[in-house]
Amino acid sequence: MDFGLSELQLSMQENVNRFLEEEASLDRVREFATTDHSLAEDIWRGLVNLGVVGILVPEEHGGLGLSAMDAAVIGECLGHHVTPVPYLSTCVVAPRAIALSGSDAQKDEYLSKIADGSATIGLALSEACAPRGKSGVTFRDGALTGTASFVSDPHADHWLIADRDAKLHVIANGAPNLEIKVMPQIDRTRPLCELTLSNTPCDSLPNSSPEVLRHVLDVAWTTLAFDTLGSAQSMLDQAVEYAMNREQFNRVIASFQAVKHMCAEMAAEIEPSRALLWYAGYALDEASDDAHLHACHAKAHMAEVGTFVGKTATVVHGGMGFTDLLGLHYWFKRIGFNRQFLGGPEWLREQAAIAQNLAA
Amino acid sequence: MDLSYGPQYDTYRQELREFIEKHRDQAPRNAPLKSDPLKSWQKLLIENGYAARTIPKEYGGHGGEPDLIKGRIIGEEFAQAQVPSGLGGQGISMLVPTLLELGTEEQKRQFIPPTLAGEMVWCQGYSEPNAGSDLASLRTSATLDGDEWVINGSKIWTSTAHLADWIFCLVRTEPDAPKHQGISFLLFRMDTPGIEIRPLVDMTLAPNFNEVFFTDVRVPKDQIVGKRGEGWYVANAILGHERDSLGDPNATLSRMTRLIELMKEETIGNERIIDNPVYRDRLMKLQARVMSLRFNDLRVLSSRLNNTDARLPRMISKLQGTELRHELEGLAIDAMGETGLMYGASEFLRDGGSWQNQYMYFLGLIIGGGTSQIQKNIISERGLGMPKEPKFEQSTAKAS
Repeated sequence: MDFGLSELQLSMQENVNRFLEEEASLDRVREFATTDHSLAEDIWRGLVNLGVVGILVPEEHGGLGLSAMDAAVIGECLGHHVTPVPYLSTCVVAPRAIALSGSDAQKDEYLSKIADGSATIGLALSEACAPRGKSGVTFRDGALTGTASFVSDPHADHWLIADRDAKLHVIANGAPNLEIKVMPQIDRTRPLCELTLSNTPCDSLPNSSPEVLRHVLDVAWTTLAFDTLGSAQSMLDQAVEYAMNREQFNRVIASFQAVKHMCAEMAAEIEPSRALLWYAGYALDEASDDAHLHACHAKAHMAEVGTFVGKTATVVHGGMGFTDLLGLHYWFKRIGFNRQFLGGPEWLREQAAIAQNLAA
Repeated sequence: MDLSYGPQYDTYRQELREFIEKHRDQAPRNAPLKSDPLKSWQKLLIENGYAARTIPKEYGGHGGEPDLIKGRIIGEEFAQAQVPSGLGGQGISMLVPTLLELGTEEQKRQFIPPTLAGEMVWCQGYSEPNAGSDLASLRTSATLDGDEWVINGSKIWTSTAHLADWIFCLVRTEPDAPKHQGISFLLFRMDTPGIEIRPLVDMTLAPNFNEVFFTDVRVPKDQIVGKRGEGWYVANAILGHERDSLGDPNATLSRMTRLIELMKEETIGNERIIDNPVYRDRLMKLQARVMSLRFNDLRVLSSRLNNTDARLPRMISKLQGTELRHELEGLAIDAMGETGLMYGASEFLRDGGSWQNQYMYFLGLIIGGGTSQIQKNIISERGLGMPKEPKFEQSTAKAS
């Protein structure tokens, strides 16, 4: 009986956190946010060296071959440091999808490039979970036609894209008949774009299926939930530290019950969520029957807790929390992104009800 | 991560299941305190190690080695089989552990065996009308007169006072000492002259509590646990224990399971409540929180097994457990609508009226055992390292 992170997970988190503290400070994040959002090579190279980029790539393709839970807990570190890298897409969802549904040749081609950091693969999956408007792509005769919105990583080398039949394909940045339009959005640590395809050639993953898609979405949701967990914990830590130093009425404001209770409420929401996320990750690795249910609940519940913490921690900072000077809004917006991306909480709770036959 | 208890515990669980099946007809149902069916059931459970499991044999327990997992399996299996487990109450859950830790050998031999056997029933005399969250400001006094303490004052929220043989009671014995150092922990009989008990009806309309008044109650000098003035520390040795047991996640989970069934049964118009997306969304929101607290509890258990202390997860469980349970019971009432208002003996009730009753009862538990506000003080001060409120130079108490 041991319910908690493993030694390996804790030591990987420690290494990644140490690296991010030194090499990916808020100043570096701000720099990324004000450029054209092309890959932060310095941070990426560091994560390649730590093995994080190839965490889900099988060992025979040069990766670490670790589990979905191992990958998800790294998301917690990145959320904690609002790190602007294509981790969810390139390191988590793409390798899992390609390993499960790609041909041997495709695995050879993509997985080793992921592991050594030479290729990034963005995600065009929004239409496959909670589609908005008229977006969506259709596959015919080896090519894709349509529009994919809210696609991650405008500068990626490839994208993993789901068509209207829940089949997965890889398209190359630079493929003919492909138009890329950046979609400026609130969280400048994870840029989005829209892809317009008209008979655009693609590399279809032959073994893809609705089941594979559902599994990789479960992994994505769980990883996003861990990202929010890290961001929320960081916001609470910053709020407590700020309150311990800020004086008003000749006292540190951390000695006022009104402020203490806000911090206690944040902790009281974060800690049980952490345990829910641990179980969601465990269920994924065990391929347990309730993995999908817990992935839905993990992302939806963490989104609600994250929203509460984002607001409350900002309020504890008073006017400074609202400024760009402190940069607290990077965490606030990161949590906001994680809430909506690949399905918001209302939609996910409906998926949780469906998973229990409580809704059609 | 390893969520199995291990094969030796599978055997243990299996034996327990067989035991429960074999003896379930002997289990007491609604038997009054100290009645024979209750006492013989308790005796059977202790003999087999399913009650008082780790308490030494010489004090009337089973004498087993401490084992958190066995304790948990016992709780799970009796709850699942819906068969009453060993006796509870404040004597067994609070006084016995206190005596084991801080009582004299004579006190242990005198009090623990009859308490465990269900022959001696206790009540707890802590809170007073003017000492609630600020318990250490309690005023009930005890002064020594020869070989006896003479007690004057009153207590409130005293469950089972009208049924109890004995009380364990916090009294002020050192009026000039700082407030935490002036308290002593006394034990005395409830039939001592000078004790008056008045039932206190709560919002559920049941007399779940009492007020207890002491007028020159004379108690032998040696009926004290710990030394004079150490009562606050004696009481605190086990107060955390009570908090842990309020808002039990496994009980909340079984209420959630029943709530889902209820939402399939109840209708509005021609639609089942579960088919209404607004109600369904509220249900799913609560389900995620029920799961979270269950896994939080598992984390606390796991850390105990590994000899580490998951401080924050432990501190938040009373706050969140009671608030969540109150909300869950409230959703059931909303799902029933006007039917949810039905109360008291009535053919219109669902589930024996338990939803409305528990909805109110858990409002009481949000307040009792350390209010939610006190829990937040504890979480922020001991969990997050934030400072206490400064003491006021001048009192801000209301002018009288």
